[in-house]
Amino acid sequence: MARAAIEIENLSKEYPFGFLHLKKKTSLEGLTMSVEDGEVFGFLGPNGAGKSTTIKLLVGLIFPTAGTARILGKSISDISMHADIGYLPEQPYFYDYLTAAELLDYFARFHDLPAQERKVRVERMLKKVGLETAGKIQLRKYSKGMLQRVGLAQAILHDPKVVILDEPMSGLDPVGRREVRDIILELKQAGKTVLFSTHILSDAEMLCDRVGVIVGGKLRGVGAPDEIVGMKAQAMEVLFEYVGPAGGLEALLSKATQTGRRYHMQVAEVDLYATLQQLGGAGAKILLVTQVKSTLEEYFMHLVDADRAQAPAVEVSGK
Amino acid sequence: MKRVGVVALNTFREAVRDRVLYNLVFFALAMIAASILVGQVSIGIEEMVIVSLGLSAISVIGLLIAVFIGVALVSKEMDKRTLYALLAKPVRRWEFLLGKFGGLVLTLTVNTLAMAAGLFLALRLVKHSAEPLEGAVLVAVYFILLKLALVVALALLFSCFTTPLLSILYTAGLYIAGLFVTEMRNYQSETMSRALQSLLRWLSYLLPNFENFDVMAAAAHGHAIPGMLIAHNTAYAALYCAIVLAAAAAIFTRRNLK
Repeated sequence: MARAAIEIENLSKEYPFGFLHLKKKTSLEGLTMSVEDGEVFGFLGPNGAGKSTTIKLLVGLIFPTAGTARILGKSISDISMHADIGYLPEQPYFYDYLTAAELLDYFARFHDLPAQERKVRVERMLKKVGLETAGKIQLRKYSKGMLQRVGLAQAILHDPKVVILDEPMSGLDPVGRREVRDIILELKQAGKTVLFSTHILSDAEMLCDRVGVIVGGKLRGVGAPDEIVGMKAQAMEVLFEYVGPAGGLEALLSKATQTGRRYHMQVAEVDLYATLQQLGGAGAKILLVTQVKSTLEEYFMHLVDADRAQAPAVEVSGK
Repeated sequence: MKRVGVVALNTFREAVRDRVLYNLVFFALAMIAASILVGQVSIGIEEMVIVSLGLSAISVIGLLIAVFIGVALVSKEMDKRTLYALLAKPVRRWEFLLGKFGGLVLTLTVNTLAMAAGLFLALRLVKHSAEPLEGAVLVAVYFILLKLALVVALALLFSCFTTPLLSILYTAGLYIAGLFVTEMRNYQSETMSRALQSLLRWLSYLLPNFENFDVMAAAAHGHAIPGMLIAHNTAYAALYCAIVLAAAAAIFTRRNLK
């Protein structure tokens, strides 16, 4: 069986705090998940849920308190792994005394690309992120959205196998978001593995093969967007026409919304058959039976609410 | 090592673009003013005054750059988060540190050499033949550079684990303490316990000895600097820098970048 591109096992991160650093704040607790090769994986969660912590652990900016992770079979502590990954930090900021072209050339040097190859790639990347005319301008004159594009360009400049993007849509206007979406789809078509964090659920729904929802430092659900929302109890919507006397249907009709002769109502999946029989028996004409599709947003909010009801988002304990 | 060079060249580029080398204009003006004035106020000792003034200016300007930019080398990258994208590339943290160190030392070398050239020019203007002085002055400039490299290494070490302000204080404190190591080593007092004297002696060996790098007086008087001292100071600075940078790398490699 092919190995997953990203394997995370029981990964935890605690930060000491307080004057003597004796207290611990848990940012991530026992995260176990994997991202398959060639998959676009969306990492969802509210602010402070542990998304950026996980990503920073994967790219080696911070170190785990417990657990392990591997990217393309190599430990995250193995520097050679970095040759195969591309990373866009959250709200990226770069050397503002450099132009975009200089910055990309600087980063490309760490991948041992020859000068001619660097030149070609830098030009191609600037074009790809829509900055071909701004490549010679110092980054201190760039807007937030433009910096985000430069960040994306440096992440994919060396053609990495795994691309990790921390909030890639943040700070972008609708055109920019669309362009980033297109780039992620292009990466997917090229067989790359993409892990990106976001709290824009529509983007995740549109782009991801699978999503993982993290709340309060714990992973609360993983699966395909369709599948994950299916975890919630489903309802069925029934549209029917009925002109007869209320008779034995009083209880049902009281739950339905009437528009002229038409009624529509929601029933639990388990009650569907009995409801249809009852309606059919009373002479109602069934027009449509459809599944009420829960959105990812509803699922997400359901998890966040459940977490808030259970415990504070971040566990704080003295030691 | 190639990656160290890439970081070093970028650090140098940053210094140039952030107009760090503009201090040279100030130095040039000071040297021109000094060489005009000195001829009128100090008959017969013009070159001595010029050398003392020039070397002091080179040292002070260099120290200011070494301390203030040295402490910002890493802390600025962490504060602005410019480091994040870089450390996700195949570059080790110690390579980054060594590159930053190399970049600032390169900046200081260019800066110091330019100032030294100004000093020689001023010497030529004041005294038409300054050959006997030039060798000693050149060695004095070289020692200033060694001293500055050591200061940069210390500033870098402190900035790896504390705030920029504290890093400046610690670096300046160590520099000042390092100017008095001979006194510390030879200090004898009736009232001081043997344990304290022993502690002072140990400290004097641990602290960076900046006294040895000061040959300004000898250079001003045109005395030749012994080759042994040049070899000793070179080896001392190289070894001390290596130890300090290794400590900095050990700390920085384990540091979480929040």
